[in-house]
Amino acid sequence: MASVVTRIKRKQIVQLLEKGKRLDGRELTDYRELKIDQGIIERAEGSARVRLGKTEIVVGTKVEMGEPFSDTPNEGVLTVNAELVPLASPKFEAGPPDENSIELARVVDRGIRESKVIDTEKLCIEKGKKVFVVFVDVYVLNHDGNLIDASALAAVAALLNTKMSNYEVEDGEVKLKSGYTQLPIKQHPITVTCAKIGEKLVVDPGLEEEQVMDARLSMAIDDDGDICAIQKGGTGYFTPEQVIEVSKLAKDKAKEMRKKLDW
Amino acid sequence: MPTFYEPKQIVTPGDLLAEGDYLAGENTYVENKVIYSSRLGLVEYDNKKVNVVALKGFYIPRIGDLVIGTVTEVGFNGWTIDINAPYKAFLRPSDVLSRPFKPQKDELSEVLNVGDLVVAKIISYDRSHDPQLTVAEPGLGKVTRGQILKITPTKIPRVIGKKGSMITMIKEETGCQIILGLNGVVLITGKTLEDEQAALVAIRKIEEESHTSGLTDRITQMLKKNKPAEEENKNE
Amino acid sequence: MNEKPEKLIDKKGLRLDGRKPDELRPVKLEVGVIPNADGSAYIEQGKNRILAGVYGPREVHPKHLALQDRAVLKCRYHMAPFSVQERKSPAPSRREIEISKVIRESLEPSVFTEYYPRTMIDVFIEVLQADGGTRCASITAASLALADAGIPLKDLVVACAAGKADDTIVLDLMDEEDKLGKADVPVALMPSLNGITLLQMDGKLTHEEFETAVNMAIEGCKKIYLMQKEALKAKYMGIKEEAEE
Repeated sequence: MASVVTRIKRKQIVQLLEKGKRLDGRELTDYRELKIDQGIIERAEGSARVRLGKTEIVVGTKVEMGEPFSDTPNEGVLTVNAELVPLASPKFEAGPPDENSIELARVVDRGIRESKVIDTEKLCIEKGKKVFVVFVDVYVLNHDGNLIDASALAAVAALLNTKMSNYEVEDGEVKLKSGYTQLPIKQHPITVTCAKIGEKLVVDPGLEEEQVMDARLSMAIDDDGDICAIQKGGTGYFTPEQVIEVSKLAKDKAKEMRKKLDW
Repeated sequence: MPTFYEPKQIVTPGDLLAEGDYLAGENTYVENKVIYSSRLGLVEYDNKKVNVVALKGFYIPRIGDLVIGTVTEVGFNGWTIDINAPYKAFLRPSDVLSRPFKPQKDELSEVLNVGDLVVAKIISYDRSHDPQLTVAEPGLGKVTRGQILKITPTKIPRVIGKKGSMITMIKEETGCQIILGLNGVVLITGKTLEDEQAALVAIRKIEEESHTSGLTDRITQMLKKNKPAEEENKNE
Repeated sequence: MNEKPEKLIDKKGLRLDGRKPDELRPVKLEVGVIPNADGSAYIEQGKNRILAGVYGPREVHPKHLALQDRAVLKCRYHMAPFSVQERKSPAPSRREIEISKVIRESLEPSVFTEYYPRTMIDVFIEVLQADGGTRCASITAASLALADAGIPLKDLVVACAAGKADDTIVLDLMDEEDKLGKADVPVALMPSLNGITLLQMDGKLTHEEFETAVNMAIEGCKKIYLMQKEALKAKYMGIKEEAEE
């Protein structure tokens, strides 16, 4: 359910955009201030906290041993879940995951999976019998817009921070050894979201911008600069030209961010 | 100043109808100074106005419309009526009884009960409020006999015909009384069941073939043809 | 079905089902197939068999979900347990929930919801048999169902996917290409307004490949759009011919 935004606010945002400015003074293609902390949850095998403006996401990873899927017997399992916890926003309610948290989880999952962040074959312990299962849990703590980019960054940061137990296989049984190994990370995808307001495109929409936008387009870019996931959201539409414009913006901003983060 | 379709051609939503100095009529909309169709229907030009006569639609209440509805609930302060629209209609006792009314549920259900059919008029309706009805006018009120049929409301004008030609003809040929609710509900009251059936079949056929030409003649012929057959059946 | 094909495109440049890279699968559309629904449509595309039904505008239940200034559009995409190779549980999966959302967001831009405040329009999609590209075929059918219900629309919405199989950009992926290919780009379009209302992608594509895929999908959409219009008019054209003989 959309909260009612006053017409005056929408007008204000649109008028500022005409002049090339946003409510918080940013340029149309600027990200908000970004802070990433890793290893903040000791009990988790990996964790990260991302603050993008006032949007705050914590991702914790848990690595367990389990069975592989029948059609990929020599690959480990990666699974992503997201929770829009009630304290993060007056609009979030307690209960089973709704379509928004499911979409968020699946979009973050796609970015990680399609870019092959983890070489899942390296997670195999015993083909067809035992593999590592990596649980990535996205926890939204404060919603001030653009949960997708922030969650995607937090997920990759958490995976970079994740370690799995050392083990040895003795007499067909898996035994844990002391010590850990870092998860083998091959790629560092970065997702860039643009919102369309009127005929303008803005990068990293804030909450109020999301409330008045026509639609949003998120693109995950891998280390090679290629696109590995896209998701359009919202009840408006993009022209084909705008889609191409967003893809160019996404490529540039991902490159910028990658340099800044040294990923 | 171009238009892109001949009159009575079938158009679909999103079809570009006219550019330039035209007015957007029924079931059309304007985007970037171009008129598009918003429904499946037949194009019609009325001077500079471009209309689409919808082949299928549903009823949206209008103040003053005559409608036929079914009572679905008897509440403490009135009746809820299903008028075949996305909005439920309400009938207050003051718009039914000609005398002041004491709020006792029993009394209300004696006047109109769940399942009763009423012919009513819409007295108020806007975007924030459900429609309100009245039956406190001559010709309105509870219906006790006859046959009911529902047709798509956009076809009611076709059933009426130019200057009432079609409906008058049906009434004459079948000897039935026909009340056409603008909400697509039609009440047929005749002397015999066969007469009512004949009228019903005729109206159904109009609904199905409303977009064709020569319809009035075909319906007239059909009704005239069936009449002697009825006499034969009676004699058997 | 259990053998994975080595190549998706053969030496002659033809796909597993003999199609050229830019060829659509055969499409069949029928409108008004469910008498009880206010509007309905059926699509066959390749081996996809999908039904869409629309109820509304009607009263909102529960009442507190009603919007004061427009209609609420709801959409449910659901796959029958027998629609896929391995029986699928009838309970809604996370994939179905996400697809329901993106389909709703692909149709809503076309609906004049502001004409019917405080009402609800329900779109129900049932996939009876799946063969790759179900969300696109579903959108194509659902839009027809909305038009069949007499709901005013800015345009029909039509959808088609393009992708990458082996090293070729191909149109309208079938099941094997969807599963084994390198990228899948579903696109939904309102052709008269040149508006893309659904766009997703998974896989890996360079920017040039992506642009090629999107343009190819748009061309596919435009071809199916003509079929949609014919399907809508078909019932009435038939009656017209018969009656005026």
